[in-house]
Amino acid sequence: MTSPAAVPRDPLTLVTRLRALGVDVPLDASVAFGRAIAALPQPDRTSLWWAACATLTSSPEHREALKVAFNWWWAGAPALPLGDPLGPPTDPEVVDAGEHDADCRNHHDVAYGGDRRSGGRYSPAELLRERDFAALGPEELAECYRLMRALRLELPTRRSSRRRVARGARGEIDLARTLRHARRTDGDVVVLRRRQRAQRPRRLVLLCDVSGSMERYSRSLLRFLHAAVASGPKVEAFTLGTRLTRITRELRLTGVDRALAEAVAAIRDWSGGTRLGECLRCFNDEWGTRGLARGAVVVILSDGWDRGDPALIAAEMSRLARVAHRVVWVNPLKASEGYEPSARGMAAALPHVDEFVDGHSLAAFEELAEVIRR
Amino acid sequence: MTWPFESPDAVEQLLDQSDYLADDGLATVVFLAARLGRPLFVEGDPGVGKTELARALAHALGVPLVRLQCYEGIDATQALYEWDHARQLLHLRAVEARSRSSEPEMLEAEVYDRRFLIERPLLKALSLAAATPSGQAPPVLLVDELDRADDEFEAFLLELLAEWSVTIPEFGRVHSDTAPLTIITSNRTRDVHDALKRRCLYHWIEHPTIEREREILRRRVPGLAWALADDVACAAAALRAAGLYKPPGVAESVDWAAALQLLGVERLEAPVASATLGVAVKYHEDRPRAQQAMVTQFSTGRRVEDR
Repeated sequence: MTSPAAVPRDPLTLVTRLRALGVDVPLDASVAFGRAIAALPQPDRTSLWWAACATLTSSPEHREALKVAFNWWWAGAPALPLGDPLGPPTDPEVVDAGEHDADCRNHHDVAYGGDRRSGGRYSPAELLRERDFAALGPEELAECYRLMRALRLELPTRRSSRRRVARGARGEIDLARTLRHARRTDGDVVVLRRRQRAQRPRRLVLLCDVSGSMERYSRSLLRFLHAAVASGPKVEAFTLGTRLTRITRELRLTGVDRALAEAVAAIRDWSGGTRLGECLRCFNDEWGTRGLARGAVVVILSDGWDRGDPALIAAEMSRLARVAHRVVWVNPLKASEGYEPSARGMAAALPHVDEFVDGHSLAAFEELAEVIRR
Repeated sequence: MTWPFESPDAVEQLLDQSDYLADDGLATVVFLAARLGRPLFVEGDPGVGKTELARALAHALGVPLVRLQCYEGIDATQALYEWDHARQLLHLRAVEARSRSSEPEMLEAEVYDRRFLIERPLLKALSLAAATPSGQAPPVLLVDELDRADDEFEAFLLELLAEWSVTIPEFGRVHSDTAPLTIITSNRTRDVHDALKRRCLYHWIEHPTIEREREILRRRVPGLAWALADDVACAAAALRAAGLYKPPGVAESVDWAAALQLLGVERLEAPVASATLGVAVKYHEDRPRAQQAMVTQFSTGRRVEDR
């Protein structure tokens, strides 16, 4: 990779800076950048900028970081102060003290392997499942989280347009296979081979409220989100508060603690106010129109306390309900005694919701998994 | 001498001849894609001119355009090649009916002959590229709306883009040294896999500026008055800033300008705009906001003097 004499700057410096700013630049992209610089007849600033955009970025979100890195690179790559992104990495903070970083996938039987004698004696794990998260102490919460890791979500399926081999007499005739098999019988078609449409899992979109009113449940809900994202590739997770944040990528990192630490770091409005309507509108405009919610199961985990206009919530929920396959609302307060959905946001959203479930304990989450699967 | 491209400016001028107005970034990226022999991955909102780019490029270079429209469930049979089984069977029956005793090997060779092979777009592009004499421009391959296809198809396409050779078991190997000029478009309804994006050069096409859009309208709608073109461009820009569910693209503004010209409108005013809004705004939920934007635009927006 040679740079022409006219460019006094090293392309690798730009690539390193860009990587430090969080953009993943693979090796062949930096090679391509070098080749692109060599291919340009006039390597002036504009052409170099576009060459960098074309080879080093793969989505419009990366352009902001590239702008910063490019301006720094073009100015001659001055030395950066300490504590900069190019400094040594810091260890991610552990979310909960006393949490094991074992990535063991416990199966239900192992986790629930308590006594089940007919005398009606329940194991501690059984009792723990029913209790409200807000009432648990730190050791019990840790135990709950360990059990939650075993939670696996199954998603409902839909028919796709891709064809699979069908055994028996179902589906449409597969001419290619039929004729291939006909070679055995000297070209006479004796048996008809068929194929049918394959089943595909639907996408699952989780929108979790992390505002101040949900503070007692936020950490447990985040664990549930992590377990959900780990269940399959078609799960997306967002948080709502004063703004909408997508945390799917952070939650997909290996290692529970690291994933949660990164997710918490990405959420800027933890325990802030609630602007449900605004966040839903943001979701619909940015992600819903791109087709993320189309035909998907959308689960909103929130208590419905909102400072904004209930009419906005109603409008956005109706927009969402039109596009999604099913909308499930999870309210941790639902299980408390004498609860009525009187919060304005909750009341406005309820007509557009297909299922309204509670989400205050582990048992409630298991029921939620069952509701999602239906 | 239009091929090979000399500079990004040459690309811009070439596309200009086909009435496609590209900005610096797009011209540079097309130039790099042609020089480096890499596919070009273009993303952008619907209607900004991604498909049009491929058409204009093919038209300007005077090469055939091979188009593959992706949809969910597309596989190698629809994209690459397929054997015409029905005709093969018919051929076997015909031979049998004439009771001509041919050697089995000859019969097999007859059955897997070129005339029974249905070439789908990818193979067609490959064959055309292989047949291009060196020094001349290869054909343009447009893979349209790749985000509609699924992951399996992306993996298959990635393999093809890397090797540019296809092995048909009964037939042989089709290989091309010069790769076709490949343009892959996506509406961003889902994230295309990173591996495929890395193989390509990436470009995001923005909505054009008002000046450029005015120029595009004048080119695409022959005989359009300058003032009306400016009005439509300003109105389209206002609609895009209004936060609609589906903002109008360049295609919609071209349709709008053509419709207004057909109606004999000289300057775009609020009542006419409201009446013809259905050409630009296609969602019922967007109408209130769009109407509001039009009212604001024509009470306070810029007006250009008649030229």
